[in-house]
Amino acid sequence: MTTTTVTAPPATAAALARPRPARDTWLVLVRELRPVVRDPFTVIFSLFQPLVFLGLFVPLLVVQTGQATAEVLTWFVPGVLVMIVLFGTGATGSNLQYEIMFGSHERTLVAPISRSALLVGRALKEVVPIVVQSLVIVAIALPFGYRADPLGLALGIVLLAVFGVGLGSLSYTLALKTKSNEWVFWAVQQSLIFPLLILSGVLLPLEGAPGWMRAVASVNPVSWVTEGERALLQGELVSGTVGAAFLAALVLAVLGLVVGIRAIRRSD
Amino acid sequence: MGVNRGGMAPDTVISTDKLTKRFGDLDAVRDLDIEVRRGELVAFLGPNGAGKTTSLRMLTTLLPPTSGSARVVGHDITTEQAAVRASIGYVGQGSSGSPAQRVRDELVVQGRFFGMSRAAAGARADELVDSLGITPFADKQVQHLSGGQKRRVDIAIGLMNAPTLLFLDEPSTGLDPQSRANLWQHITALRAEHGTTVFLTTHYLEEADRYAERVMVMDAGRVIADDTAPALKASLAGDTVTIEVGEPHEAARAAVVVEEVLEARPTVTGTELTAAAADGARRLPVVLRRLADDGVLVTSATCIPPTLDDVFLALTGRTLREAHAETPTDTPQGGPR
Repeated sequence: MTTTTVTAPPATAAALARPRPARDTWLVLVRELRPVVRDPFTVIFSLFQPLVFLGLFVPLLVVQTGQATAEVLTWFVPGVLVMIVLFGTGATGSNLQYEIMFGSHERTLVAPISRSALLVGRALKEVVPIVVQSLVIVAIALPFGYRADPLGLALGIVLLAVFGVGLGSLSYTLALKTKSNEWVFWAVQQSLIFPLLILSGVLLPLEGAPGWMRAVASVNPVSWVTEGERALLQGELVSGTVGAAFLAALVLAVLGLVVGIRAIRRSD
Repeated sequence: MGVNRGGMAPDTVISTDKLTKRFGDLDAVRDLDIEVRRGELVAFLGPNGAGKTTSLRMLTTLLPPTSGSARVVGHDITTEQAAVRASIGYVGQGSSGSPAQRVRDELVVQGRFFGMSRAAAGARADELVDSLGITPFADKQVQHLSGGQKRRVDIAIGLMNAPTLLFLDEPSTGLDPQSRANLWQHITALRAEHGTTVFLTTHYLEEADRYAERVMVMDAGRVIADDTAPALKASLAGDTVTIEVGEPHEAARAAVVVEEVLEARPTVTGTELTAAAADGARRLPVVLRRLADDGVLVTSATCIPPTLDDVFLALTGRTLREAHAETPTDTPQGGPR
């Protein structure tokens, strides 16, 4: 081991003190994606759960409804895509929580980069696994007779991405608020995710559900996104359902980013 | 760099004015007034909960002060946070590298955070990987490193921007003796070559004693002493002189001589006399000569130079070890971690 040497001095403090939110966000986004790129199997492995639902739930629905597999898939696949976002992106805050406990989050707080970039970059990074996983799920369903409208699928992925940015931001916010209390993070996360999932009609249709359930579902943004996703993938590109879905996703994204940026600015 | 602004002397890199942090009813740090000059190696020494980490977190912009102010490398820690962050290196108590990231990637990213080009960050990372002996694990994920390896990575990350001022929070906690020695070798080399100012917290007495040029002793949110280790020891705690006489009845006669020569009243236990005295090593031979003249048989004599623990004892009435036992947690509820 030799002694430490120092070369090229970095940019001056004055230059670094100027805010560069776009550049910082890009740096954070690329940094967050790097482990995924280095080890792409993590994205594929996280498809295990949706595949279980696809493989074990669809046959049940076929029997229950008496419909053909392709027909059931038309109804079920969009829901599975929403579920990927709910479970994957909804849990992404745990990565930040681990970094908070590990110490690396603190280091980035002391670095001369914009605090909001630390959140926005992370939230935007969620888009990548959402796109990859959605395409993989659709591809897997194809041999079983599933068909999605191409343009609808493209728009559907955009919808999921916006929804994911919002949900991811909220998940990061939860991590920033619960700090090193892992169990609080998971308790809150799990007690929200499952009701949101069931009351969105992803797994089973809510048409025959009790009135109160339908009432809750009608204000559940996940339910709106699911309805919109189903419409889009069937080729219904412009409709009230689709508009409402994008509105719900956008509101969630704006809300998530606002509370997330506030939380990370106060982070210590 | 604007070191000369804000009325700071050109050589001053840290100056605080009544810097205070309160968590609820607790004054974690109270009226901190310190000055650190360029090139110094300063250690905050104190028990857990003394306010060392809280002070450091205020100086590095991680925590806003409740009152008071401070300038770090010429910038105000509350109104010019971005400029402070751009000027310092920081190694916290945890791991600086993100668990899922590869070591070298993290170094490059850190350089990019500091505005370096991809090429410059890469070159600097290679340099540090080489000089800190990181090469064997540069492509490993941080979470798969040993404690000593992680700490080396933390130092490398803290040095990516070639800071003129490096903050280290408990840098050697949890390291085995060899890794600790290794770490210090690097910190010392860094200073020798680049005159980097190093400001660290520690609760290891030997570490502060051996490496710091200046020790600031902290207790209960205040700096209670601030000087070089030898000066602190000389002024606050003398050498511990112990002599043993042959017969219990000779102890009383010996005590008179000891008190006269050492100017300190000894405690007598059986045939053993113990006294703390400044310059004990020079005075002990005088004591022995006088006792020989008086015909008192001395069977053993020792003179132990003081440690910083003796300084802490003299200042607070308790040893650091006792102080640690009182406050098992590092920071109060509602405080940072």
